[in-house]
Amino acid sequence: MTELLVGKSMKRKEDQRLLTGRGRYVDDIRRPGESHAYFVRSPHAHAEIRSVKKDAALASPGVLGVFTGKDIQRDNWGSIPCGWVVTDRYGKPHKAVPHYALTPDKARYVGDHVAVVVAETYAQARDAAELIEIDYHELPPVIDLATAMSGAQIHDLAPQNLCYDWELGEQAEIDAVFARAHHVASLDLVNNRLAPSPMEPRAALAEYDPAQESYTLWSTSQNPHMLRWMLSENVSGIPETKLRVISPDVGGGFGMKIYCYPEETTCLWLSKQVGRPVRWTGDRSESFLADAHGRDHRTRVELALDDKGIFLGLKVDTVANMGAYLSNYATSIPTYFYATLLAGCYKTPVIHCDVKAVFTNTSPVDAYRGAGRPEAAYLIERIIDVAAMEMGVDPIELRRRNFIKPADFPYQTPVHLIYDIGDYDASLDEALRMIDYAGFPARKAESKSRGKLRGIGVACYIEACGVAPSQLIGKMGAGAGLWESAQVRFNVTGTAFVLTGTHGHGQGHETTFGQIVADMFGIPIEHVELVHGDTSQVPMGMGTYGSRSLAVGGSAIVRAAEKVIAKGHKIAAHMLEAAENDVEYARGWYSVPGTNRKVKLTDVAKKAYIPVDYPVGLEPGLDETAFYDPANFTYPAGAHIAEVEIDPETGTLKIVDWVAVDDFGKVINPMIVEGQIHGGLAQGIGQAILENVVYDSETGQLLSGSFMDYAMPRADDFPNFKVGYTETPCTHNPLGAKGAGEAGAIASPPALINAISNALGIRHIDMPATPQRIWRAARAAGAADAQKE
Amino acid sequence: MRRITMTVNGREITCEVEERLLLVQFLRETLKLTGTHVGCDTSQCGVCVVHVDGQSIKSCSMLAVQADGRSVTTIEGLMKDGEMHPMQAAFHDQHGLQCGFCTPGMVMSAIDLLQKNPDPTEQEIREWLEGNLCRCTGYHNIVKAVRQAATAISRQGEART
Ligand code: FES
Ligand code: FES
Repeated sequence: MTELLVGKSMKRKEDQRLLTGRGRYVDDIRRPGESHAYFVRSPHAHAEIRSVKKDAALASPGVLGVFTGKDIQRDNWGSIPCGWVVTDRYGKPHKAVPHYALTPDKARYVGDHVAVVVAETYAQARDAAELIEIDYHELPPVIDLATAMSGAQIHDLAPQNLCYDWELGEQAEIDAVFARAHHVASLDLVNNRLAPSPMEPRAALAEYDPAQESYTLWSTSQNPHMLRWMLSENVSGIPETKLRVISPDVGGGFGMKIYCYPEETTCLWLSKQVGRPVRWTGDRSESFLADAHGRDHRTRVELALDDKGIFLGLKVDTVANMGAYLSNYATSIPTYFYATLLAGCYKTPVIHCDVKAVFTNTSPVDAYRGAGRPEAAYLIERIIDVAAMEMGVDPIELRRRNFIKPADFPYQTPVHLIYDIGDYDASLDEALRMIDYAGFPARKAESKSRGKLRGIGVACYIEACGVAPSQLIGKMGAGAGLWESAQVRFNVTGTAFVLTGTHGHGQGHETTFGQIVADMFGIPIEHVELVHGDTSQVPMGMGTYGSRSLAVGGSAIVRAAEKVIAKGHKIAAHMLEAAENDVEYARGWYSVPGTNRKVKLTDVAKKAYIPVDYPVGLEPGLDETAFYDPANFTYPAGAHIAEVEIDPETGTLKIVDWVAVDDFGKVINPMIVEGQIHGGLAQGIGQAILENVVYDSETGQLLSGSFMDYAMPRADDFPNFKVGYTETPCTHNPLGAKGAGEAGAIASPPALINAISNALGIRHIDMPATPQRIWRAARAAGAADAQKE
Repeated sequence: MRRITMTVNGREITCEVEERLLLVQFLRETLKLTGTHVGCDTSQCGVCVVHVDGQSIKSCSMLAVQADGRSVTTIEGLMKDGEMHPMQAAFHDQHGLQCGFCTPGMVMSAIDLLQKNPDPTEQEIREWLEGNLCRCTGYHNIVKAVRQAATAISRQGEART
């Protein structure tokens, strides 16, 4: 029998094509007769569009058409939807402001889509776009989150630019707790706005087939079925049967490529309008302007403790930026993916959260790696360190005193979620061991002897992954169920297709899912072919985000494979001339125990397709589909520790050590999971010390609009990462897996800011803690110390 | 329009091109060599790196006409006799790629590093790769891959001498 593959660091199946230049990304696909779209974007943050003069552009060489929002509206194409209804504190739904592919009336951010030119070549389209004359009437832009509610109204539907004012928890209850607290720690903090920036910019290619009256859309999408659904039901009215969405190789997503965007919607419309395939590939400037951004919260957090440091209550007041329009899931991120995580790893009995979501004249904001959960973990782990400092308690000890302990599971938090399993002390112990926490004072002293400030910071995080149990999220306002589908299709000669509704864009699904199926069927992994990303091939599925692909998609694959094995059981019993009950199955073989009679699953598959001598009444074929709806979220958790050294003279920071200990439940491919950690850490560290989307607060111009201005993490910004695991298997899915995609990005910002604060001996420093900010903080802290002395 | 001739992955090619055509567009659009990618418009990301006369360059910041008469190697030209280049093999072994979008540029750039410095330290690798952005891997495994390739290539060299 072959070796089991699950649990092994198998090298990836997808590497060969990607390493030899044979990957097929959207921009690599060429269609005969294709034309090129170029979008005319608003140079103003907030302006009425009075007129658009197209004549000169239309007369320009190679131009096939120039269109505006009014042209698309004449075809009755609707608004791009926001699929998650958040009910505010007064019982009213959020303000569902319209979001058209090309804005017909008003530009609402710099980069907003005002017109489109289609031409034979990209250069011609771009040249012609210069000739379009647009008469704008400028309006005062609303940029600053703190004052957005008193700014000029951006949408008719939303007075005070308020999307919703939402509350979780009881005000009276939290007030009572705070009234009897021994100590209250409080902090104002900013969760900085980020540009997700996968290396592949978004792209779309749309083609209309008049013979079939059908459309094909190639898109850089993380979830082609959802895109088809939205385009069909809400936007275009094209039936799903006439709309095929294909996501081929996609060059990273991180949440930003979940959504239905104006550009692909416009290309779809154009493909019929101009009667030619229409291509658009964003350049990086367009990515910065018009990709959905992430985070962007301003928060006041307060933690009430008793005299022993036991948490009594947590109070959180957040203003969350929605940007100029509602991206598809924007409303859910600062509510159900944020406030529901505010218990963290701790037994905080009372939690109250107030969230005001506001519109501003900036790019839409939606989920980005972690989505809500990093914002929650950041404020929890920061306020604990502040409380520890103020009360003179060791921050590790303070965490331990309040941890939910293994005996407490399943644990009902005060904020909806029920954690199934975990062991937070175990992860923390391992992380402390790996970084040699006991040796820190000596290392600090050594740094000091060289004039450097050394600091150490811990963050214990939890996240809700395996998105998501449909009934639960339905109660929270989700407009879709977040189950997943899988189809396992045996071929006559014993190879198998696995079709999944998830989509891989770097996560190695072809390998991980292959390992699972190869083990279950006892066939080589080379005989398992994963099919994903094509709505015409794969059963309806919900895509990839929220660390759901393995926990939900992988579980669906297990269920479909089990159905295959169960049906094969009947065929095998017939072939072995035994009663079904007497036949056993193990890894590719059906056998009758106590005899030497056995038959291979692959031979059973052949029999299923040549059903001559075959069980009476049984359908031919070996091809099964399963839909898996998780019973609960999964709850990965862990402890990360950062150790830093700061040069107070220059403010430069060196990350000298990093330990990440995570509990992802069962791990299928440790190599791939470790890669996910590394990538998440890089993004989280990027948020903590480098990255920041900045708009000019007066004009709304994007100041961080290129890789020259937006500090993307580079290779020499990082140390080597030390990764460790603890394991409490998820209790409610067949794989015991919890999901690993987002953890690194959730744990790292608080760990790093805790370390920097620790080094400087200060309460807080806002992200990104750039050398300039650190230098200023070091000087201020130094001056304060000098005064004391 | 200008007539240019160059060797691309060992094959001589003559073409009429617009003067403003970038080398990366020439490779992708004209020659359909889509392994070389475009990730930015400010020469920052390095996903477009190819070799011109054996030196790594960002093909988004060179015009096709500037490559006239020169020899270009892209990621598609690295395999020899059906075998991956040791750098490609090392990226596979060390899980140095996830989505693969930065990978062709990373590989081409890293190969040039080893031409110039056959035994780089980790820090030297990280500094060399400053001009190559990767959003997926956190660079950790890329650095390991380059180290592996350095060892493999120096062994090959020893075996030959
Ligand atoms: S495309 Fe970014 S450097 Fe060339
Ligand atoms: S592997 Fe995705 S950008 Fe590097």
